Amino acid sequence: MTDTLTPVLTDNWGTDRSWTLEAYEAQGGYRALAKALAPEFGGPDAVVSEVKESGLRGRGGAGFPTGMKWSFIPQDNPKPKYLVVNADESEPGTCKDIPLMMASPHTLVEGVIISSYAIRANTAFIYVRGEVLHVVRRLQAAVREAYAAGHLGKDVHGTGYDLDLIVHAGAGAYICGEETALLDSLEGRRGQPRLRPPFPAVAGLYASPTVINNVESIASVPSIIAHGADWFGSMGTEKSKGYVIYSLSGHVKKPGQYEAPLGITLRELIDLGGGMREGHQLKFWTPGGSSTPILTEEHLDMPLDYEAVGAAGSMLGTRALQIFDETTCVVRAVLRWTEFYKHESCGKCTPCREGTWWLAQTLARLEQGRGSESDLDLLLDQCENILGRAFCALGDGATSPISSSIQYFREEYLAHLTHGGCPFDPMASAVFAPQGAQA
Amino acid sequence: MSPTEPSEGRASDRGVSSAMSPTEPSEGRASDRGVKFGQGGLDDAVVSELREIAARYPQARSGLLPMLHLVQSSAGQVTPEGIETCAEILGLSAAEVAGIATFYTMYKRRQVGDYHVGVCTNTLCAVMGGDLIFDRLKDHLDIANDETTEDRKITLEHVECNAACDYAPVVMVNWEFMDNQTPESATQLVDDLREGREVRSTRGPRICTWREAERVLAGFPDDQADEGPSAGPASLVGREIAREKGWTAPSGDAAGSTGQQPSVSPVGAAEQADTGRAESEAKVEEGKE
Repeated sequence: MTDTLTPVLTDNWGTDRSWTLEAYEAQGGYRALAKALAPEFGGPDAVVSEVKESGLRGRGGAGFPTGMKWSFIPQDNPKPKYLVVNADESEPGTCKDIPLMMASPHTLVEGVIISSYAIRANTAFIYVRGEVLHVVRRLQAAVREAYAAGHLGKDVHGTGYDLDLIVHAGAGAYICGEETALLDSLEGRRGQPRLRPPFPAVAGLYASPTVINNVESIASVPSIIAHGADWFGSMGTEKSKGYVIYSLSGHVKKPGQYEAPLGITLRELIDLGGGMREGHQLKFWTPGGSSTPILTEEHLDMPLDYEAVGAAGSMLGTRALQIFDETTCVVRAVLRWTEFYKHESCGKCTPCREGTWWLAQTLARLEQGRGSESDLDLLLDQCENILGRAFCALGDGATSPISSSIQYFREEYLAHLTHGGCPFDPMASAVFAPQGAQA
Repeated sequence: MSPTEPSEGRASDRGVSSAMSPTEPSEGRASDRGVKFGQGGLDDAVVSELREIAARYPQARSGLLPMLHLVQSSAGQVTPEGIETCAEILGLSAAEVAGIATFYTMYKRRQVGDYHVGVCTNTLCAVMGGDLIFDRLKDHLDIANDETTEDRKITLEHVECNAACDYAPVVMVNWEFMDNQTPESATQLVDDLREGREVRSTRGPRICTWREAERVLAGFPDDQADEGPSAGPASLVGREIAREKGWTAPSGDAAGSTGQQPSVSPVGAAEQADTGRAESEAKVEEGKE
């Protein structure tokens, strides 16, 4: 039985000057790289195999097996191969990659080097969202240090392997977290998703074979190489292996980052942090960002792994656990998310571009108490016309909060109609609410 | 509200799907065309830095986003001249570059003040108090969303989730974190900024100007990477609870001793086994795709 919390990625975050090469190497950093590059390890294929064997699944939300993604790169393709790290963390509620890159950028850089070596890429990119200046600084500094130390550049560690790593700042567009939109953006275009196939593994960046992985996925690679696939698989559940970062936010006593084996429950996480904020009860929560259908207290004991959350009708996503108590109006919450999707829709496909606009219209009317009960059916109908018909997952995600909130809180929508507007006091849900404020 | 004009959002912007057609390398092209640079407020040093950005990438056009950040650093916004200069360097039309610049919310077509203050009003921050903070700031500064104070110091905007939900409600100043804000702390913050008092991010460095920040985003680092802590308190809560309770990840050597999968010995043996497995799997994989 493993411990309840298992800090691996977060383990060095509190160390003095943890972002520097000196501090990172002092705690064993870059030893996994040396191990992977050593001839005894067996070359790039052995790295792919180790990661595949570990059961590591993509930490950016979709949960696709990372090693399998790598093995799709056609090595007989004469074009250059590329590794692109998706550091465009923007899914509402998700806040794990940003602190990771701020506290320990070298964990990511070491992961990039090992992963690039595995897929035989000589150029890699970290596409980081532009709205996090200090994270960009720390990444730039880490890459500079890694070049100077011979971890990057020509002839890495004297092995003859060359790797360049470019830190690339985005410019504000949620859609660029979608991997093919990210590629278009990285090519200097509007970030709009591409039709698949061809998949990026075959024709990605510059129409060349490309692997795109989330920050946390790549950052997990050094530990897998250092300790082995079995070690990684000794944590987690049968099909959801390893440790992950759970990000707890909202109306809890101790919001923050909790690194644990996959399968911990929300009840355990909230209890570890001392419970909900004083005097309040859980009302609804997202398991993995706003694009994952909301859940309620009946799901408190559900293991937070890919399978169980899926079986409950939601998705594990990015483990962005946004917790809302009874002072929160679910209609207000859902309307705000819907406005977000409308704002961020890239405009490429009609169901999402037009659909998110209509969803926001219909919801706003309900929230102001001006709609009618049939607007709920209208909303569900609109959702049905977007879900599965949009070009990418953004449109699908936009429907999640709406359909799930109507499923669990239909009465609260109707209360807006009978009340002639929102029955909640927005001050009561604020963290700086006076003690005892009630909705 | 949406920066994306629906009518502009067509795949045909790009001609053919870029997934099918590789971007042509355009390095060196601008000089072939004998274009004049340096006009419109971008001095020669900036133009040469724009070229330097393009040269970082395997294909020059990839430099466009950082190049536009540099234009903003130099001109305080994306200017028509900046768009033309980027277009000339990359061998694109100004219309193409404008179509890209208007897609991304960080690019501004009006002069931004010294300090861009972004209040997160996405759901979680809004519920936790972000809406009240944004209202208070609009009132206090007497400006609306996306407007700048008369003294050109503060540009106020509500922003989407900035990946700091465990510090809600969050305000960003020039894209640095100001965590756990209240209406009072936020008004104090903008007053300090307007009066030129030094302000530090709650888990980062002293706040530079918006133009200086844009220069870093363009890939020209300043010297502030070592300022500020490793992490803020919320980032460390799980780690600290684990330390209190004595919880750790399994030790590397004990990987097999958890009782689930007895494995003979630590790393060395596992490595050899994996190498063998890699070879056999590589053969299987060859048949794929």
